[in-house]
Amino acid sequence: MIKLLNVTKEFPRTGPALTGVSLHVPKGAFVFLTGHSGSGKTTTLRLIHMSDRPTDGEVRVSGFSSIRTSRREVWKVRRRVGFVFQDFRLLPGRSALDNVAFALEVTGTNKQEIRPRAQRLLSQVGLAVKSGSQIHELSGGEQQRVAIARALASEPLVLLADEPTGNLDERATRGIMDLFWEINAMGMAVLMATHDLELIRTYPGARVLELDQGELVYDSSQKPGSG
Amino acid sequence: MANTFRDAISSLKRSPLLAGLSSLMVGMALFVVGLFSLVTHNLRLGLSSVEERVEVVAYLRDNLRQVDLDAALETLETLPGVEEVRYFSKPEALERAIRDLPEIAEVSTDLEANPFPASLEVRFLPEGRTTETVEAVVAAAETLPAVEDVRYGREWVERLFFLRRIGGFTALILGVAFATVATLIIGTAIRIAVFARREEIYIMRLVGARDGLIWRPFLLEGAVTGLLGGILAILFTWLTHQAVYQLLFELEWIPMSWVWAGLGTGILFGIVASNLAVRRYLKEV
Repeated sequence: MIKLLNVTKEFPRTGPALTGVSLHVPKGAFVFLTGHSGSGKTTTLRLIHMSDRPTDGEVRVSGFSSIRTSRREVWKVRRRVGFVFQDFRLLPGRSALDNVAFALEVTGTNKQEIRPRAQRLLSQVGLAVKSGSQIHELSGGEQQRVAIARALASEPLVLLADEPTGNLDERATRGIMDLFWEINAMGMAVLMATHDLELIRTYPGARVLELDQGELVYDSSQKPGSG
Repeated sequence: MANTFRDAISSLKRSPLLAGLSSLMVGMALFVVGLFSLVTHNLRLGLSSVEERVEVVAYLRDNLRQVDLDAALETLETLPGVEEVRYFSKPEALERAIRDLPEIAEVSTDLEANPFPASLEVRFLPEGRTTETVEAVVAAAETLPAVEDVRYGREWVERLFFLRRIGGFTALILGVAFATVATLIIGTAIRIAVFARREEIYIMRLVGARDGLIWRPFLLEGAVTGLLGGILAILFTWLTHQAVYQLLFELEWIPMSWVWAGLGTGILFGIVASNLAVRRYLKEV
């Protein structure tokens, strides 16, 4: 479903962020993308989301190629790829329900369906009772749940998460990770960037990809005897 | 379109203070242009009323033959830029002199003969009020057999036309300068409004909103901000006009075509500035 084919990404000021990376994330997979800061994790996620384009090579997402998909068509890719950030990126001054409803509204959901669907999505992430709360009234873990509900609004095939537990305490982290696993169990692929090796060890069933200085140096699925 | 309009109105409602301040900034910027227009329009009117007095007087010989008078009239009337040529006979010239200068009335009864010559007075169309046209008429008149002398206040006419050229040039330079400043202020005001909502644009792109859906409400919002700014500018200019009219001196209101142009400019600037600002944030995702 997601393929990176010999992808290189260079930035004019900082030089290469990824060099010749090839990887494949099939439907329904749960993948940790790990590595030190600056190893290329975020760049990889942005390339899959087509927020950036590779300098060389090709990114394929659910039938869309980074070479052939124009900027005007990129919205089609984004509806298949949900994105969750470390800092949540929610709209302040609005309720949890409004944040999710906003995503449904701007992706063309029928007006009558917006609020019931937003409410269902919040229920799915365990926040039904706090749907009317303003964003600043929610804890970090709750805010991340709202962000996940928003990412699920377009019913994507894959959920990208960039250090989603980086700002959370241990308990909230566990809650969010459980949620990701639940979402994955429903058939949605999850690709999570994290540098937290402790967290990765807690979920031995997941596939692990490691980047180092822009190169893919480890893929647990390539280990002898592993999936 | 209805959705776009609804979105634009709802986003204006979400941040009424920002929308109001943006409109006010646009309004103040266009108000400066409005004041400038008011001054320029009235200066132009003043200058035009002076220019209407530009005329060439061809004094005619005594004992003039009718055929020469007819030829002179026909020649002068057909020259480019000429509005009308009026003939004043000798008795009419005396009558005007008595009317304009009462002391002549006292001595006129002692006169054995009327000393005032007949004349042809040439008036010009607005587009004919140029040094070149006036001089062409003077040159043509001087060659006519019926004409003895031609007067037109050369120095006065040249100064008047020089003043008009300087006025026009100054108005153009100042107008461009004011319009540029207004453009920058309007651009900044609307960019601030869009900047305040950059996170919304980011999230729209993030979740897969189509470009048009992101763009249209912002463009409409820019147009509404520009329109409100234009209305405020017209209101401020009108209030200033009324204050000057009531308290200081008579002042003509600017032509309605200028008012519509001001509103149109406000809307256009709003759309262009929004477009530029949104385009910038769209590139980030």
